Amino acid sequence: MHSNPAKNHSLVGPEAASERTLYPYVTGTSVVAIKYKDGILMAADMGGSYGSTLRYKSVERLKLIGKHSLLGASGEMSDFQEILRNLDELILYDNMWDDGNSLGPKEVHSYLTRMMYNRRNKFDPLWNSLVLGGVKNGQKYLGMVSMIGVNFEDDHVATGFGNHLARPILRDEWHENLTFEEGVKLLEKCMRVLLYRDRSAVNKLQIAKITEVGVTISQPYSLKTFWGYSAFHNPTVGAEGSW
Amino acid sequence: MTKQQANWSPYDNNGGSCVAIAGADYCVVAADTRMSTGYNILTRDYSKICKLADKCVMASSGFQADVKALQKLLAARHLIYQHQHNKQMSCPAMGQLLSNTLYYKRFFPYYSFNVLGGLDSEGKGCVFTYDAVGSYERVGYSSQGSGSTLIMPFLDNQLKSPSPLLLPAQDAVTPLSESEAVDLVKTVFASATERDIYTGDKLEIVILNAEGIHREYMELRKD
Repeated sequence: MHSNPAKNHSLVGPEAASERTLYPYVTGTSVVAIKYKDGILMAADMGGSYGSTLRYKSVERLKLIGKHSLLGASGEMSDFQEILRNLDELILYDNMWDDGNSLGPKEVHSYLTRMMYNRRNKFDPLWNSLVLGGVKNGQKYLGMVSMIGVNFEDDHVATGFGNHLARPILRDEWHENLTFEEGVKLLEKCMRVLLYRDRSAVNKLQIAKITEVGVTISQPYSLKTFWGYSAFHNPTVGAEGSW
Repeated sequence: MTKQQANWSPYDNNGGSCVAIAGADYCVVAADTRMSTGYNILTRDYSKICKLADKCVMASSGFQADVKALQKLLAARHLIYQHQHNKQMSCPAMGQLLSNTLYYKRFFPYYSFNVLGGLDSEGKGCVFTYDAVGSYERVGYSSQGSGSTLIMPFLDNQLKSPSPLLLPAQDAVTPLSESEAVDLVKTVFASATERDIYTGDKLEIVILNAEGIHREYMELRKD
């Protein structure tokens, strides 16, 4: 193929002509979620990274969708906001039927799945990993969707670094009958590991709970950390020639 | 800001192995339940087997999102077929439909590797095996997916199907009994799990015969 130099406004390179997300700008890191005795618990920190710069520190990445679902997002935050706009419209139009029916977590997850897959088919992906949890008619639901539409359900899920660092902990310690207190403790353990090891994690997080009764998204709070280990104070001791 | 991701790909390989064996009056279709991406396990309990009609099931590995889209499309097409003909689609008909559906996306393929198993109109076991763009063949047994390189030669060695070049054409169904076929499937998966990192966690076996559809499970290595 011959490229037409007049048509290619390549002052800033070939990317300038593209109108799709080529790579993410402001990103959120891991989301971790579990089923527990009465419903779903979800945790995410509030950092918004601009590349490796910590650009925003109060990004809410856990949102309520309709009455029965909770959505957590990692990845491009502007794409997440577009997803929220789409879902708001979906819920609104569903509500306008005024038939007493409402979309449950299973339906919302299925919708998200199709939305993500549809955009990947257009080669214009929504750059997110999404976690969807909820309870409806006594049924707990927890699922995930990736950028290209890969989706599944599980008893516990985690996006990004959480898949490497949190899920091994969850596989060891999760069980069906976790109480709310035990669940929060388990999520905080995961978030603390992520805070220590994931450079884009920040010590300001929210935990959300959804049950048959309703949703509560916690106020932002911090975890207690301990940096007093000697290896932290002098990390290069015993590593001669290191900085 | 510098580019973080090298380049975005619309495909992923979520791994998994599928096997189907046809007998004179049964068909066994099996797949593991692990779903992976790269070195990560996404979940240990994802069913790769989909019931398409009363006497027809499909086991698929490859890219999960494409597999799901394919399953939804076939389900919709099968519903239309039922409305038009007031009957369930036969397994050979579903086999042709699957081939056409895959080839329809020849230039942006479904990255899915399928085996279709079921009973034909005479109640005989049938297996169809595919590539991602729809070329297919009716065989006596087959394996697809990440562990197929380990499983297929083992099945060849144990089942020795007659050459498709023989004239007159020989029947491709295996001489095994139903329980022997189920045992063989369990053995090949236990073996594949030892060497293939994308195969493991749990084995789901679907058995079709005159009585209907029956399911059983066997635990596999989780490492």
